[in-house]
Amino acid sequence: MNQLAEIISRNEDKIRAEWIDGMTRSVQRADLISKAELDEQCGALLGAIVAGVKSSAPTDVSAASWESARELLQSISASRARQGFSPVDVATFVLSLKQPLFASIRDTLKGSQDEMFKTVWAATELLDRLALITTEAYMATREELITRQQQELLELSTPVVKLWDGILALPIIGTLDSSRTQMVMESLLQTVVATNSKYAIIDITGVPTVDTLVAQHLLKTITAARLMGAECIISGVRPQIAQTIVHLGINLEDVVTKAKLSDAFALALDRSGRTVTRKDGVRASANPISTLLEKREE
Amino acid sequence: MERIPVLRMGSLLLVTIQVDMHDKLALQLQDDITQRISDFGSTGVLIDISSLEIVDSFIGRMLANIAAMSRVLGAEAVVVGMQPAVAITLVELGMSLPGVRTALSVEAGMELLMSAVAKAARGWEDDRPQT
Amino acid sequence: MIVLKRDLQHLKNSNDMVLARQKVRQWATELRFSLVDQTKLVTAASELARNALEHGKGGVMILESLANGTKSGLRLVFEDQGPGIADIDLALKDGFTTGSGLGLGLGGSRRLVNEFSIESEVGKGTKVTAVRWR
Repeated sequence: MNQLAEIISRNEDKIRAEWIDGMTRSVQRADLISKAELDEQCGALLGAIVAGVKSSAPTDVSAASWESARELLQSISASRARQGFSPVDVATFVLSLKQPLFASIRDTLKGSQDEMFKTVWAATELLDRLALITTEAYMATREELITRQQQELLELSTPVVKLWDGILALPIIGTLDSSRTQMVMESLLQTVVATNSKYAIIDITGVPTVDTLVAQHLLKTITAARLMGAECIISGVRPQIAQTIVHLGINLEDVVTKAKLSDAFALALDRSGRTVTRKDGVRASANPISTLLEKREE
Repeated sequence: MERIPVLRMGSLLLVTIQVDMHDKLALQLQDDITQRISDFGSTGVLIDISSLEIVDSFIGRMLANIAAMSRVLGAEAVVVGMQPAVAITLVELGMSLPGVRTALSVEAGMELLMSAVAKAARGWEDDRPQT
Repeated sequence: MIVLKRDLQHLKNSNDMVLARQKVRQWATELRFSLVDQTKLVTAASELARNALEHGKGGVMILESLANGTKSGLRLVFEDQGPGIADIDLALKDGFTTGSGLGLGLGGSRRLVNEFSIESEVGKGTKVTAVRWR
């Protein structure tokens, strides 16, 4: 194994140059990484590999002596993932080191086939493992990105609307799972505090099904709001939902529910001591013709 | 020993909890409130927890106890200003504090107490806290 | 998964509980948990520390900050040499919905964290482990 370390050390510049040259343009991406940066990364990686190979755990890349190599690879993968390289590009970055490395091994150990084979095998095992580390790190970074985007999407899809002074509305569209409920709860409660709103109307017209779990999530939100001093009204309860709720035996005794958002709004207005009156003082008549006749008689 | 001050404002008692209480302090507060209600004949107790970042089951029970004890002594208690994160956590913990009146702010809490006290004065015995 | 940092807090009196809460808050802030998650962690710690103190006759809380790939987490372990819990399943049932004093706060605490486990032997002691990932 010391052979490998020596071979790399002695031929480092040559290996590095051939490595970079050998990278196809898609791996190089001169538009995303400067040649100088690439050169530096390759140099650093080679250095870390030499250190690892020279240590007491020459091929065990999970050992402590390989930590700097691992960290280097992880950060290279993470930054490439963010920059938009494909996972193949990132793995190829490591694997394309094989050719110049094998060439140097062949040149050095030409005479002894056994030694050459052993060293080539050790080198290929090593590089395969290192390439796998980059793939793992790449995927972890992409997952993190996706999770973050999911969060943002969730936030956008549950806006809290101020209907009136002290009255909020939260129209929920789509399914309510536990992570969404968390988001909905936090958003609603923070807005309650920020706007000092005592009434929050949660409209579930856009929620396709209400099962026991969804009901639990809604109840949690309502209870939390109550603890803070606000009252929730559930509106948009469709007939099918009402049936499901009763069939499932969900207890909504302490919860005020209304079929329509407008009913819930009227209730909140009433509870907060407000009424709506017409500007001209004319009583709204159910029959427009009688209004016309009344006016005629004046 | 340090105590949480219980201030008197006319017929109301005002308590602002700002520190992370250790258990003895909490129990002392319970005692002080009940003592004061008795001493002054207070009809309302307003507990401001807007600075409390943690309410665990012990504190939750303390609040419920204060509400219950006050009621027995003829006073109404209201807890105001619970932070959203605290409310969410309490619910997850399984506490809904059903016997405790709550309000969004000190202002809202005072209004609530005034109307509750007025109702009690009119002799409406069926005035159970709206929860 | 690796343990990045470790600390210990004795739980011998109610002052220790305040310290325990403060430590958990500090660590949770450093690990950049959201405010709600921080609150859940500190509250769970308060419940479990109280258990160790009252039911377990005193014990320790061990804090460990964890790293699993790109995920970071906080692990809290509460150990005591108290009487132990005879029926763990029963202990995990809620006794708290009406705010009455029974129950050990275990069921509630479990809901506040992502991973939760209890090891207990009557007469020997109890060890509760709670982990929250960011």
